[in-house]
Amino acid sequence: MNTSGINGVIQKATALYETSQVCMNDFKSWVQLDSSHLSDGQRLAVKYFIVAVILFFAQILFGLLAATQFIFPGFLYEILDFSVNRMIHINAMIVWMLYGFIGCVYWFLEDESGTEIVGLKLGNIAFWVLTGAVTLVVLVYLLVQIGPGKDSSLWFINEGREYIEAPRWADIGIVIVMLIFFYNVVATFIKGKWSGIAGVLTLDLVALAGLYVAGMFYMTNITHEQYWWWWVIHLWVEATWEVLVGVIMAWSLMKLLGVRRKIIQTWLYIEVALMFGSGILGLGHHYFWIGTPEYWLTIGGFFSALEPIPLVAMVVHAVYDTGANAFKNSNHPALAWIIAQAFGNFFGAGVWGFMHTLPQINMFTHGTQWSASHGHLAFFGAYATINIAFFYLAIQHWRGDVWMGSDSQNTWRWKWALGLLNGGVLGMTIALLIAGYEQSFIERAVEGSTWGGYFTAQNHPSFQSAMVWRLFFGGVTFAGFVLLVWDLLTIGKGETRLAPEIIEMR
Amino acid sequence: MNEIPLWASETFWKKTAIWVTAGSFLVLVVLTMDSLSKTSAGSKRVPAYSVINKKIDYQYNKELHKFMPVISENELLFGKEYTEQEALQLVDLGKKTTQAKNCMNCHTLLGNGAYYAPDLTKAWLDKGWVSKEVREDMMMRFLMDPEKNARTFGSNRKMPNLNITEQEAKGIIAFLKWMSSIDTNGFPYNFKTINAEE
Ligand code: HEM
Ligand code: HEM
Ligand SMILES: [Fe+2]
Repeated sequence: MNTSGINGVIQKATALYETSQVCMNDFKSWVQLDSSHLSDGQRLAVKYFIVAVILFFAQILFGLLAATQFIFPGFLYEILDFSVNRMIHINAMIVWMLYGFIGCVYWFLEDESGTEIVGLKLGNIAFWVLTGAVTLVVLVYLLVQIGPGKDSSLWFINEGREYIEAPRWADIGIVIVMLIFFYNVVATFIKGKWSGIAGVLTLDLVALAGLYVAGMFYMTNITHEQYWWWWVIHLWVEATWEVLVGVIMAWSLMKLLGVRRKIIQTWLYIEVALMFGSGILGLGHHYFWIGTPEYWLTIGGFFSALEPIPLVAMVVHAVYDTGANAFKNSNHPALAWIIAQAFGNFFGAGVWGFMHTLPQINMFTHGTQWSASHGHLAFFGAYATINIAFFYLAIQHWRGDVWMGSDSQNTWRWKWALGLLNGGVLGMTIALLIAGYEQSFIERAVEGSTWGGYFTAQNHPSFQSAMVWRLFFGGVTFAGFVLLVWDLLTIGKGETRLAPEIIEMR
Repeated sequence: MNEIPLWASETFWKKTAIWVTAGSFLVLVVLTMDSLSKTSAGSKRVPAYSVINKKIDYQYNKELHKFMPVISENELLFGKEYTEQEALQLVDLGKKTTQAKNCMNCHTLLGNGAYYAPDLTKAWLDKGWVSKEVREDMMMRFLMDPEKNARTFGSNRKMPNLNITEQEAKGIIAFLKWMSSIDTNGFPYNFKTINAEE
């Protein structure tokens, strides 16, 4: 290479950098967000929210690619295979939701503790380290994809375990970043004031981080390996994440609707008791068929069948509080998404989960599109919704607590985003449910789950049209997402009425 | 009048939450220790890795009312009798390869994973390998060049080439054979193996 070549590259790079700076500035003057409205903790929180939204986009994009491959198997074959697209789809989901949760906690930490964050600098460093690591992991997923059957592949490329594919080095990094986050939360509460919400949050974060460690080991014995793998996946989404959402919800309802702290905290304790009381041993519904002893059929079936109870209680709670306050609140989109959470959690986790949780049924639905149907509605209904609600709370404050009610401008945008996202995911869920029933019947019950049976079910017209409908509703979901981002960037722009004043007037 | 009943008091529910959580977790820990010991390699439910030297089948057990693995006489893999240590090494290579190649994001193993390709729980016993005489050879060729040896059953869905070496392919086959011997409480139901008469 000669010097003029290098100079050319440098020139191009600087030109690119300058254009991106100009674009960035144009963008900033267009969104008109004033960060002086935010506290330090909230500034850190919105960084997490921004990455969360970007990863949400990645999730939907790679979901669409994977869904296309069900219909056109040759699409991106040996370039971006189904396994790669699917891995990024579900990994991006887990990571964006965790980013969202961390953002939520940083958002209310100073308010709830009544003091400033203890380790703000450390928190910022942790954010950049985590984001750098996530970027690197995704690049390796895309460019390297797979490795030889050696330990080094598991350390540096991917661990090949659904949902927690991140290579070992990243696992260790994630644990360190979580510890910093945990330190910030606990130390801030200790410096400020302690509360029931703080107590539940602290214990829940210990469990959440500790469980991750259970998924960091390689084992030859696949029964043992899947045993611990489910500790992470199940005890996250059906225990610790639910409680974390309970905490976030508790704080939001207090702020949004002015519900009394004593009532909120009593509810929170009841939810913790019901959730952990059913969810911890409900873990057994994943131990029916992996080689573990038969007593899990009874224990897993029984306790997991109780899991919908706290979810019913949460619906009652949200609807009651909203009604009791006569829907009086200054952030309609946030409240709408909170209601969507209560129902989405109940239907996706409670109803869809219950339908296949008894071993007599699970024997036939296990490992079919039935599981995917439930997975989509549950993750979206329980965890995407609450994060989106919080994005709206954050953007309102970022705009200086302006009014976001029924007579605001362009409310059609958030309403359509709400409708398209929920309608899209529900449509995919129903399509997958039909495919799941067909598979349970033809592949599992009639054909006895052989490879021939599997493909007989995959080739069946009702399965194939279900895959087309899933892709269609995936497109609807994507449209909803685009509208959501547009709305988040523009809502409240030009609004001059302040929320508290409006509330007082009514 | 203003007394708060017990069931509505914050401290009561706080204590309940703590006790219920601690109690459930304790039970889980005890059950975990029991389950892990009952499923270690070499237990009744999860056979030792040297089971790859044996004939494995999967049949309906009338007394237990469920399908059970049936392990019988010697049926060597790749014409070789493996010691326990050698078997462990081979199965370990296979297991590690399935993770490094990300098999689980297309297939299910023990029913867990993705739904783009068939379940691998009893793949060793599948009729798709035509007969016991050609099975090993077919599996080797398929794993090392799935594109040319594609078996799509009319679906056009082909497994991609994952650069699996000969040794890795042997490992995977040993791993699949071992996995098919695990007692999975009767899942999958009604599976007819390659050994069954038509
Ligand atoms: C928000 C909470 C929940 C989320 C996010 C969630 C998500 C999921 C996901 C993604 C899977 C598929 C796992 C895989 O890839 O193999 C799954 C499986 C399962 N879930 Fe849930 N779930 C939730 C709550 C529940 C509840 C409350 C129940 C029962 C009442 C339940 C019952 C099941 C069962 C039985 C399976 C196993 C499916 C199979 O055998 O293939 N889930 N869940
Ligand atoms: C454009 C929208 C989407 C499309 C096209 C899509 C497509 C897909 C596809 C093709 C799979 C692989 C299923 C298989 O292995 O057969 C999948 C898995 C999954 N997706 Fe999506 N997805 C979308 C949105 C979402 C959303 C919004 C969520 C949750 C917030 C989600 C959560 C999941 C989960 C949890 C799984 C794993 C399910 C399991 O293993 O049982 N997806 N998705
Ligand atoms: Fe579960």
